[in-house]
Amino acid sequence: MTVVYEKTKGLTEKQTHYCPGCTHGVIHKLVGEVLVELGILGKTVGVAPVGCSVLAYDYFNCDMHEAAHGRAPAVATGIKRVLPDHAVFTYQGDGDLASIGTAEIVHAAHRGEKFTTIFVNNAIYGMTGGQMAPTTLIGQKATTSPYGRSVADAGMPLRVSEMLATIDGAVFVERVSVHDVPNIRKAKKAIKKAFEVQMEGKGFGIVEVLSTCPTNWGISPIESLSWLKENMIPYYPLGNFRTPEEGK
Amino acid sequence: MAKMLMKGNEAIGAAAIQAGCKFFFGYPITPQNELPEYMSRELPKIEGGAFVQAESEVAAINMIYGAAGAGARCMTSSSSPGMALKQEGISYIAGAELPAVIVNISRGGPGLGGIQPSQADYFQSTRGGGNGDYRHLVYAPASLQEAVDLVMEAFDVADYYRNPVIVLGDGMIGQMMEPVEFKKSNGRELPAKDWATTGTKEERTPNIINSLALDPAKLEEHNRKLTRKYKEIEKNEVRHEDYKTEDADVVIVAYGTTARIARNAVDALREEGIKAGMMRPITLWPFPEAAIQKVTHTAKALLSVEMSEGQMVEDVRLANEGKLPVHFYGRSGGMIPSPDEIADKVKEIIGGVK
Amino acid sequence: MAEEKIIMAGFGGQGVMSMGQLLTYAGMLEDKNVSWLPSYGPEMRGGTANCSVIVSEKQVGSPVITNDATSAIVMNLPSLDKFEKDVVEGGNLLINESLIERKAERSDLSIYYIKANEIANEIGNSKVANMVMLGAYLELTKIVKVESVIEALKKVFGPAKEHLVPMNKEALERGAESIK
Repeated sequence: MTVVYEKTKGLTEKQTHYCPGCTHGVIHKLVGEVLVELGILGKTVGVAPVGCSVLAYDYFNCDMHEAAHGRAPAVATGIKRVLPDHAVFTYQGDGDLASIGTAEIVHAAHRGEKFTTIFVNNAIYGMTGGQMAPTTLIGQKATTSPYGRSVADAGMPLRVSEMLATIDGAVFVERVSVHDVPNIRKAKKAIKKAFEVQMEGKGFGIVEVLSTCPTNWGISPIESLSWLKENMIPYYPLGNFRTPEEGK
Repeated sequence: MAKMLMKGNEAIGAAAIQAGCKFFFGYPITPQNELPEYMSRELPKIEGGAFVQAESEVAAINMIYGAAGAGARCMTSSSSPGMALKQEGISYIAGAELPAVIVNISRGGPGLGGIQPSQADYFQSTRGGGNGDYRHLVYAPASLQEAVDLVMEAFDVADYYRNPVIVLGDGMIGQMMEPVEFKKSNGRELPAKDWATTGTKEERTPNIINSLALDPAKLEEHNRKLTRKYKEIEKNEVRHEDYKTEDADVVIVAYGTTARIARNAVDALREEGIKAGMMRPITLWPFPEAAIQKVTHTAKALLSVEMSEGQMVEDVRLANEGKLPVHFYGRSGGMIPSPDEIADKVKEIIGGVK
Repeated sequence: MAEEKIIMAGFGGQGVMSMGQLLTYAGMLEDKNVSWLPSYGPEMRGGTANCSVIVSEKQVGSPVITNDATSAIVMNLPSLDKFEKDVVEGGNLLINESLIERKAERSDLSIYYIKANEIANEIGNSKVANMVMLGAYLELTKIVKVESVIEALKKVFGPAKEHLVPMNKEALERGAESIK
């Protein structure tokens, strides 16, 4: 019998707590596969955030460190400075990274810290029950924007990748999505590249992954995938914003 | 090693490096700047060492959280308002049971306060400004030699108990110069850091540094484990100094630089035939309760002298258990009590307890 | 000597801090108990600076000198105005006459007027005015030997600045002569 698919060794056997239809599981899998394919699983330390992926430390099959809300890039800085030959990554949501942790992510990028950030943007606070995030779209309803996010009250949604791409130390910045198979493949490629950039010591890398939250968006998983494609991508265009030039 | 004349902040940095500290994460704030400046000069000279100027005190303490989790000896320092910002991280470090040494060269408060010497962070240091049931040792050196000795000891103690340790000085300790000598540590046997996030090499199950426990039963179990550890620290690590307390009618309780001033007051009072003495807590937590209880059998009154509006006096009262009258004298905001002021207060007390 | 408590004060740039550090260093080299405590903060940026030095046979208690200075060395007028009152009865007050026009108000002190800047200029560098004052002070109190200060100077200067030692030595000597 030929094995055509098996679960990556990059993830533990633990069943995740994510809601049905949530794309966190897909993103976890991509990161796990990349760590195995690059042969760095045994020398990787991951940093989990506060948010839906707070328990990510139970799922990644490498040493893990659970950070305070928003502080994952600072924790990762500490780890990477101690273990410069190891792979270090943070896995953060939009509340964690784009709200409470803006100083930490901006300055980790600014210092050119040599770790990788997986930034999961689903335009809402999931764990705490669907509050508005800095990335919530205009008109999108959340429990703290019950009439839909308005520019007057909350400003325009924050485009993190575009912002970080202005920082010299952020040498790899790409926004991807996981709403269909071709995009999942592209997402994996970007994640792999980001880790490669780290292992080559080139600087800070971030992959922003557009993700769904059927539970808090209040629609089915399939509708969520379409909603992401139709609403998020027009505002959060996919693509590479920065990549190190070859040979440098 | 010969004695060296060093500024307090630099001596603390040198002691840390002597103790094997290779990583420092900090943010500028007066009056502790010479410490990060010293580390930024010296750590790059050490193989594998690093100094990072963080974007904030919040980030600095979380870098410590990461570095300590990865098994390194590391240090951060700040002053009062910056320490307030570090409380979040200190709580996590205590919760995740990581060793770290944190220096507070304190200044007047509340808020932005001032920059002159003050002891208004006693509550912050001993009660913890962070959330949850946690404790950490607090060393309060009174001289630079003691600061150097305690910083070196702090790294061992932190590793031994897997717990953060605070070294609390004030602007005077940070800024003054005194001769110091770096002595070998007393060689505690330290456990291996087999819990650190150094990579599994795919040979062991992952190590997880964490303070989250969503199951109440598990969290209570964790809290009780921490409490047992804190009891051990209370049992083993209390330190104090008695100065002429045996026959003293009034025992002054003072720590840090204030204790040096109080010692001058004790000497002056003794010359006048007044039996004054001093008990100097060297650890603020655990507080030297037994030392207080001992003098309650012989003294007539206790006087807590602090550069604050009255914080340690609460611990003095608790330890006293209502046996003696407990008085307080304090200056704050960066004002420093003079030996005369303290002596006058003692005379006032003597007048009242005849 | 039981204990000397010295306040040194002047403008930033007059070398008040380093004068205090040298005295402290010299005391340490003679195995005495010493402490040096500076003023710090925004006042250090161009304003007046001062430091408190204690050299003692016994353990140094408070490093703070409030109103119990045994000596004060004042390099400018604001320093005289501020610290004249803090010297104990019978103590020494050394005044840099080059920059301070007024006389001391107290009559219960030993008061010395020293043309520190003039003397320093004669030596060839106004920056050693502090060493002139220190030389005068050491002549008065003898709390440490001049040789110890020179040794401290060499350690502080290091090889790169060792050529400056003779000039500083001369300043110390000229200061001592000035009050003989």
